Amino acid sequence: MSIWVLRGLRDGVVTTRWPARPDDYADTWRGPARPVPAALSSDAAAALSSDPAAALSSDPGTDSDTLEALCPTGAITVERGGNVRVDQGRCILCGHCVAERPDVFAWSQGATGPGAAALTRDQLIVPELPETDEAVEAARARLRERTAALRRSVHMRHVDAGSDGSEEWEIQALLGPVYDIHRLGVFFTASPRHADVLLVTGAGARGMTVPLRTTYDGMPDPKIVIAVGTDAISGGLLSQSDMTTGGIAATVPVDIWLAGSPPSPFGIINALLVAVGKLARDTNPSAPARLTTGPRGGRRSR
Amino acid sequence: MTGTIMQPGVKALWDDVESRVAAGDRFAGLFATRPTEVAGSVGVAGSAGVAGVAGSAPITLSAHLATAGGIDTLEAALPPGAESYPALTPRLGAAFWYEREIHDTFGVVPEGHPRLAPLVRPCSPETPGDRALPRHVTGYGMFTIPHGPVRSGVLESIEYLVETPGEAIPHLNMRVFYKHRGVQDAFAGMTPADAVLLAERTEGIASVAHALAFSHAIEQIAGCEPPMTAQLVRVLHAELERIANHLDVAVRLADAAGLAVATARLALHKERVMRLVSRLCGSRFGRGVVVPGGITAAPLLPPAQLRAELDQLAKPIAADAAALMATSSFLDRLRGTGPLTPERARQHGALGPIGKAAWPADDARLARPYDAYRALAVPSARSHRAGDALARLRVRWEEVDQSFRLLRQVADDLAERAPDPYSVTCQPASGRAVGWSEAPQGEVLYDVRLEAGHITRCHPRSASFHNLVLMHEVFAGDILTDFPFIEASFGLSVAGVTL
Repeated sequence: MSIWVLRGLRDGVVTTRWPARPDDYADTWRGPARPVPAALSSDAAAALSSDPAAALSSDPGTDSDTLEALCPTGAITVERGGNVRVDQGRCILCGHCVAERPDVFAWSQGATGPGAAALTRDQLIVPELPETDEAVEAARARLRERTAALRRSVHMRHVDAGSDGSEEWEIQALLGPVYDIHRLGVFFTASPRHADVLLVTGAGARGMTVPLRTTYDGMPDPKIVIAVGTDAISGGLLSQSDMTTGGIAATVPVDIWLAGSPPSPFGIINALLVAVGKLARDTNPSAPARLTTGPRGGRRSR
Repeated sequence: MTGTIMQPGVKALWDDVESRVAAGDRFAGLFATRPTEVAGSVGVAGSAGVAGVAGSAPITLSAHLATAGGIDTLEAALPPGAESYPALTPRLGAAFWYEREIHDTFGVVPEGHPRLAPLVRPCSPETPGDRALPRHVTGYGMFTIPHGPVRSGVLESIEYLVETPGEAIPHLNMRVFYKHRGVQDAFAGMTPADAVLLAERTEGIASVAHALAFSHAIEQIAGCEPPMTAQLVRVLHAELERIANHLDVAVRLADAAGLAVATARLALHKERVMRLVSRLCGSRFGRGVVVPGGITAAPLLPPAQLRAELDQLAKPIAADAAALMATSSFLDRLRGTGPLTPERARQHGALGPIGKAAWPADDARLARPYDAYRALAVPSARSHRAGDALARLRVRWEEVDQSFRLLRQVADDLAERAPDPYSVTCQPASGRAVGWSEAPQGEVLYDVRLEAGHITRCHPRSASFHNLVLMHEVFAGDILTDFPFIEASFGLSVAGVTL
């Protein structure tokens, strides 16, 4: 057994210090697709606004149809004014849109970028809809009220409601030496009776509806539900399947929506910290994440 | 190298399957198809002569047999309106789950099947009788522990029904249907470009292998071959996926044995492998790389850097594997645990590490090579016969070693090659083909039918589906505390079983 003592010391500390310190891998993470600012390419926009003849010849309807058709899960919508929006809660990161139209679509950058750990379903739509801000603030306030009781240690339980198996790997990675979720005072528990947070993966398989609901009902209040991954949010490619509910929100109320197919382990940590109010997220979602030292005080991370 | 042979009836089909299995072919799957009306025409090729409304259209049974150089498909159509057929399972036990799946999906009854309980489709709330606990072993003090579908730990949903007098496990049953997602039906109507994305998500931890098997089927229909660079990159991702999966199994086994340092070390290696994958393509699971006709883009790391990274990974993994295999308290838990006899493995045609640990199971990379495996020197594996959890882990470590050797060849070849295009046009209109690949869990099969550029039916068969049924049979003298070791040593994904 002594061999393992030495082997354990071999690589020194490999654990990330994120979010207290920046981490390259978290910051360069390739997130769901988003429209590039000034969405419709300038040529096309110019054609639409200034030259009616050109606009007629290149029927804008055709262009919006082709843009929308790029997405296998229907995440892209083109509004009448030419505004392109991506519903990151539907994006499965296939990259079709980014490869075909790099002038209109790009990857979002970083595990905590726009669309990561959304407090409302609509917050996943980028650029955001006009009424999203107030709704997010209202959701944040409601969540804060409920999570005020949660102090330093948070226990969570995972339920697979029809995942493809990859989300489980990423959640399990949190227990490994690199992410080591315990350093943030977050622990997994076998019993829903001990759980504060429910991580749900999968498209909402009908066979899991009752077990998922039973697990949720078995948790004490206050409880928080995190939909982990695009499948859990919208069903992804299986949103139209008769055998799924097209996401888990049909079965349990979702507090945090975490897009990704699957999301990165950093994204899951971020969602957890947002969920329990341990992370102050500025209204500017691209600002770097930082740990709170609020009234509940103390260092939350070593 | 695949052929389809139509038999006049089910009995002739079973006779043929039985005699070919006796002659050395491996039973690789049994699927059913019912043609449906798609846009005014009969949607499924192969049964095109028999038009009819969905529901009364005759069902075609397709048995797949792995031969020396390919996959042969033997078929027979049931008479129109038939609601049953004589079961294959009494003659060939390996069809046990396949016929239950057919019964679940089409409602057609295989007469003489020993146990037609729901397998892949969830019990409906209207038939609560299906939810009753099955009891196979009765006697003083015997009870059934239903374990799942929500189990302790971060695991996929499955229910194990353990019949036990307290410690021994004389019988085990599995209910796998909880997370059935309707993947097969979702394939219908998709274009190959979209369907490959669903193939990647059919069994998420073997995304690359599933995308490969699917793409191979489409490429067979189109009669095209990806450029050599694409073939090499496909092997690159397939082998990295294998290493990550085998490390995952090792992590679970070490965790089950309570070896905290070994668990952490192996998890670190797995994380490093996944990070290498994400730096190559942006996804930690190698998604979005393989498409019918080739790959989407060049690896994001230059070959020289890839080669250096591989060398940095290989050495510490081999060292920790050696240390693990020298830790006697760990080996004690694996040796003799969950043994699969060579006879049963042969009868069932057990796949992947589970099969290779018990009988000379074939490896698609060697037996039916595809992509760059045809050009690379694939190291052949040592033979094992013990069939226990320890032998399964030994097979995995040998495969990790093989994978690194293959990866070094790939990195060197990529460095030498002038860049050719990453894909060829591959947009077949109609046809049917069976594609395969060797996933970390074993052989994956995709039976794909296309019409007018859209999929009419796609039946994925993962190694997880074929192998999981063997868990019924490996509890010889094992007790409840052996369960985590046996489950981990199988290394299967439930997503790939229930689809």
